[in-house]
Amino acid sequence: MPTADVTMPQMGESITEGTVTKWLKKVGERVGKDEPLFEISTDKVDAEIPSPASGTLARILVQEGQTVGVQTLVAQIESSEPVAAAPPEAPPQPNKAPPPKAEESSEEAGQIRSSPLVRRLAKDHHVDLADVEGTGPGGRITKEDLLAYVERGKTAPGAPAAARAPQPSALTTREEVVPMSVIRKKIAERMVLSRHTAAHVTTVFQVDLSNVVALYQRDKARFERQENAKLTYTPFFIRAVIDGLKRFPILNSSVSGENIVYKKDIHIGIAVALEAGLIVPVIPHADEKSFLGLARAVADLAERARTKKLSVSDVEGGTFTITNPGVYGGLFATPIINPPQVGIVGVGGIHKAPVVIDDAIAIRSLVHLALSFDHRLIDGAVADQFMASVRTYLEHWEEDLFA
Amino acid sequence: MSLPRRVAALGANCVVRHLGCIPYEEALRLQEQLAARRRTGEAPDTLLLLEHPPVITLGRNARREHILASAEELEREGIALFETNRGGDVTFHGPGQVVGYPIVDLSRIRKDVGWYLRTLEEVLIRAIQELGLPAARRAGMTGAWVEESKVAAIGVHISRWITSHGFALNVATDLRSFRHIVPCGISAHPVSSLETLLGTSVDRGRLERSLAEHFGDLFGLRMDWSIPAGRERRSPCPPPM
Repeated sequence: MPTADVTMPQMGESITEGTVTKWLKKVGERVGKDEPLFEISTDKVDAEIPSPASGTLARILVQEGQTVGVQTLVAQIESSEPVAAAPPEAPPQPNKAPPPKAEESSEEAGQIRSSPLVRRLAKDHHVDLADVEGTGPGGRITKEDLLAYVERGKTAPGAPAAARAPQPSALTTREEVVPMSVIRKKIAERMVLSRHTAAHVTTVFQVDLSNVVALYQRDKARFERQENAKLTYTPFFIRAVIDGLKRFPILNSSVSGENIVYKKDIHIGIAVALEAGLIVPVIPHADEKSFLGLARAVADLAERARTKKLSVSDVEGGTFTITNPGVYGGLFATPIINPPQVGIVGVGGIHKAPVVIDDAIAIRSLVHLALSFDHRLIDGAVADQFMASVRTYLEHWEEDLFA
Repeated sequence: MSLPRRVAALGANCVVRHLGCIPYEEALRLQEQLAARRRTGEAPDTLLLLEHPPVITLGRNARREHILASAEELEREGIALFETNRGGDVTFHGPGQVVGYPIVDLSRIRKDVGWYLRTLEEVLIRAIQELGLPAARRAGMTGAWVEESKVAAIGVHISRWITSHGFALNVATDLRSFRHIVPCGISAHPVSSLETLLGTSVDRGRLERSLAEHFGDLFGLRMDWSIPAGRERRSPCPPPM
């Protein structure tokens, strides 16, 4: 049985020794990795030290009240077989936009094609995947196939899918049946997946955009002439969102099983509406770009999206999304999170409205920003602090567009 | 020029909260919650600024004999007693103090508790010097000192590099309360307050702001006052009888 050594940690350059003040576990007791194991104190600091390994506390070598030098062996842990380790279940990661990868598409014996998520759902609903007809590429069983099968099972137990007859209806309706396009099916799948996995909450902030609008109007002509790039409001919002993401990194994370995965890079997805459907091209390392760089990236992606020149890599790897439901004058919408991301900001229509400032009525340019966030990871207070910081950034815009 | 000034200069965010007068127990719970949420990344770094109703607290290294008053005496004066998980000996908190509890993730700043203590001292020293007092540190005696008097005490708890507890700076503290204890186990030096040393009153709001600003400068954090004061600032502790 492997043994892990626990030593007096070095808590700082100038600190050479520490006093064990309390053992939080007894000999023979189980301890998890990173679970607090003992407390030490040095000068004015009291610190809780986590266990370096999981297992059973086998020996305590330094008693409470004893002071020893750093790196001194204070205890030993006999690590057990990974009882506590998480089962090797794949995280519920959605399929990427391109066709499914070969590695995840084949099951050993039955050759039933499905994703880990579908297999788990099947298990939850006690469904044998062999009974389900797949409508995905290559007969792949999608989540919708499975949920539809479960639904049918509820209404008509045992009735096979094909035998289901259309209900006779008194009122006849003329219909045209058109198969969904690949992109439509993909959107449908992703939207439902998001709704089923993330705990959506939306918070809406009204932002006074007057300063930004004034700047935009003042500099638009010069910017486009000088920089040869179209100026839109989008880079303003991207800028403000990036600032917020840096302050509240949890918004730029994702869920993987029972872990939170913080993304150290900020890749912003920008939802672009096309005739065929919505597509979300990504600006990689958006936080490293200047305002001008962002403006160019937005214009370039929008152009290539419309001319269908986006490559697969252009739509992959986003860590946070900004969408723009306000183009037709909508005040705001409650966007659906783009999994595995945990937040999405929807920009409503920019409009003038009377607002009360210091007990006087003024005409200001307003916009409503709606953040949908995954409440599994993000609490309302954090979401609102993030939005407050985005609002502050926009209301007190101080960046030179030509920098 | 690819990085505009604003983003290039950006440090991590640290939320400043002015809590006004808040009982010790309640502040302890708030700190525990914030520290747990800081660990999971749900909460940003936070600096709590507040004051406590009269209370004597015992750190992990506290010696009971450093409390000079009997339990009955303390009760009669309305002074509560708490054993806590911070480092240090015995201290007194009461109206007229600015208490600062930073809940920050040192693993993202610098994993060094010695450095953390010295930097906390520096925050206090700079804020006190702004008021025109010759504040300094004294070797081997953590805290902020003005000549022979101790004006601020420090005691810290760290769990997985998340800090809690912090400092208590005597601004207009009723110094008579300290007669009940041997503060931090140091009996040779008197405890004083800024107002006693200055002979004038100190604007508490400005002092809190200055402390937070120096805190941000020295720890490389961008202080964020975006939590509206109106929603949070509570009333100060009533002055002692």
